[in-house]
Amino acid sequence: MTTLTPVLTRFWDEPQSWTLETYLRYDGYQALGTAFETEPADLVEQVKSSGLRGRGGAGFPTGLKWSFLPKPDGGPRYLVVNADESEPGTCKDIPLMMAAPHLLVEGAIITSFAIGCNHAFIYLRGEVVHVYRRLMNAVQEAYDAGHLGKNIHGTGFDLDVTVHAGAGAYECGEETALLDSLEGRRGQPRLKPPFPAVEGLYARPTVVNNVESIASVPSIVGNGADWFAGMGTEKSQGFGIFSLSGHVTRPGQYEAPLGITLRELVDMAGGIREGHQLKFWTPGGSSTPIFTDEHWDVPLDFESVAAAGSMLGTRALQIFDETVSVVHAVARWTDFYAHESCGKCTPCREGTFWLKQIMTRLEEGQGTQDDVDKLLDICDNILGRAFCALGDGATSPVTSAIQYFREEFELGMHTPWWEAYPPERSALFPVANKETVSA
Amino acid sequence: MTDNMIHVHAEKHPHASDAILHPPTPLHASDEPYTAEQLESLHRDCAEILARYPVKRSALLPILHLVQSVDGYVTGRGVRLCAELLDLSEAEVSGVATFYTQYKRHPNGEYTVGVCTNTLCAIMGGDLIYDRLSEHLGIGHDETTPDGKITLERVECNAGCDYAPVVMANWEFFDNQTPESACALTDDLRAGKDVAPSRGAATVCKFKHVERVLAGFPDGRANEGLGAGGPSIEGLALAKQNDWRAPGAQPTDQDQASALTDEPGGPHTGHPHSSSGEANE
Ligand SMILES: Cc1cc2nc3c(=O)[nH]c(=O)nc-3n(C[C@H](O)[C@H](O)[C@H](O)COP(=O)(O)O)c2cc1C
Ligand code: SF4
Ligand code: FES
Repeated sequence: MTTLTPVLTRFWDEPQSWTLETYLRYDGYQALGTAFETEPADLVEQVKSSGLRGRGGAGFPTGLKWSFLPKPDGGPRYLVVNADESEPGTCKDIPLMMAAPHLLVEGAIITSFAIGCNHAFIYLRGEVVHVYRRLMNAVQEAYDAGHLGKNIHGTGFDLDVTVHAGAGAYECGEETALLDSLEGRRGQPRLKPPFPAVEGLYARPTVVNNVESIASVPSIVGNGADWFAGMGTEKSQGFGIFSLSGHVTRPGQYEAPLGITLRELVDMAGGIREGHQLKFWTPGGSSTPIFTDEHWDVPLDFESVAAAGSMLGTRALQIFDETVSVVHAVARWTDFYAHESCGKCTPCREGTFWLKQIMTRLEEGQGTQDDVDKLLDICDNILGRAFCALGDGATSPVTSAIQYFREEFELGMHTPWWEAYPPERSALFPVANKETVSA
Repeated sequence: MTDNMIHVHAEKHPHASDAILHPPTPLHASDEPYTAEQLESLHRDCAEILARYPVKRSALLPILHLVQSVDGYVTGRGVRLCAELLDLSEAEVSGVATFYTQYKRHPNGEYTVGVCTNTLCAIMGGDLIYDRLSEHLGIGHDETTPDGKITLERVECNAGCDYAPVVMANWEFFDNQTPESACALTDDLRAGKDVAPSRGAATVCKFKHVERVLAGFPDGRANEGLGAGGPSIEGLALAKQNDWRAPGAQPTDQDQASALTDEPGGPHTGHPHSSSGEANE
């Protein structure tokens, strides 16, 4: 049996978990001392051999990414922490920064030291004001304690950290769109190559990493690469935060080694909502193809999830029971992608618009004979042709839902979703009769 | 009865008529110039913002938040101020301002109340909450009550899915909402009562106040509120109950101290070092 491994979440239940004072009681900033006694190149090597892979969705090896930075040329190099967390279902970075912002700050300092960066940025989505307060506060505490600023710990190393609030745009989570946004532009992605490692923020070498990736760094430096690599599976090493939401008894954050299964996690979470059964779920946010009750035992690591036809993504397990219309769920995600499409490329801008038209028809029970094939055809024209991964992501819920629930899409030719799946049954609160008849 | 319910739903369900969930609206002009005092404090604040970045255009997003903290939305004069300070054209500034949903194109209420209607929250009850609230307030998406207090919005996933259904009030979390709790929230806000979010500052601040924080000016409230709500520590509580730890993780003084007290999960069992290494088996 796999059990939980609280590392990042370990002290979130402390009354003032976010303060420097609490963090120090949990060995805070000790790894920083260790890092300062290590050669930067060795730190990069250590993170490489730990097996840490990006926790922002794509799973790119973190140390390898750092090693792609060109040799120092005397000019600035940047670390940009991606704290935009907006992928539907994903809800791990926000609670991490609310409860334990110093984990991220310490990770950012160690990372900056490792890559030779003297100015790091944390790009936080703007719709979480209290998290912004906590981050600004943690950064200030770190300055006051001498962990930031000039000549940190007498090492000669200087670092400033700027916490920057975005203003509401999912696409700004895409790393190059994020960089454009941080430069004060519309959040639209850039052509790659050049990759950010070569030309990133202000056209300088830049590392962009997810909050959880960077927050994992102090524990790796503090406990060693082998410690981290000893958890998880052979190719998906370490632990990660799994976020369970929806129709489970105790939704929440469960930090576990990669490779744990849905069955194990849902058991820990008290099972599916009482009296109901699992219908479908996302393993890693709305951009990852849905799974069904065939997939209870797929190990949630990068390789196994991919082999089963989806992606580990952000480990955002959104769980839906048999009361839920898959057509409605997919239609709402499709609305999201159409709304958030940045408009830069035609396949996604036009394609999501058409997907939305058709999904809306099917929701209302007014689909036509060839709507399902048309959906698949449009997806085929987006997938692999879109400029960034948002477009690909928009197709995932549609094609996977058709794969597993085609008959429900066919139902959409004559029956509105709310007749087949009355929404009152899915709601987590009891709905009084007058709710439905008051209109 | 059942027939009636279904019929009403068919009529009531918003998505037939309301196919555009986020209708775009043009920028609302405002040409009254800033007063000398306003300009002075704006310039002082902008200088502070500019100092955070090596390249000045990066200050644009925070300065737009700052404009909203003074004007309540992105005004024509605010756009002009950004353009002048950052050597941009007004079209460039407007192009940026209209890209992001948090920049309001017309005067905003004192409180933005956003119901998450992305799939997970919508299905857990967010749609029912939005419908009831819209009816209760008599307004639709991005509209403001006549008293200028509440602007209602549908918002996308706000990274609080484990607390679904979620409602945001001026970007503070109201977790596990119901139609009743959401209506009560807006009633209290309109009545001028202090309202405490589930996770956030002790009270919800006004829109302009929050916009100033988002421009990067701390308001001294970081230490208010919870570190984590129940769902955020659900896994941790279970781990403590079962004495599950990451390999090698030794209980700190803190863990030991809490093991002696009456934790919700009961005292920890086992010798402090005995269970390390179990986690991955
Ligand atoms: C549309 C879109 C949205 C994204 N949103 C986020 C996000 O909110 N947070 C994040 O860390 N990565 C996000 N990503 C992934 C980033 O592009 C990038 O891979 C990641 O920040 C790299 O960090 P990591 O290697 O540490 O995971 C998004 C990607 C796309 C295409
Ligand atoms: S796929 Fe194209 S239109 Fe869609 S978000 Fe990416 S760049 Fe923009
Ligand atoms: S879906 Fe509502 S907070 Fe994520």
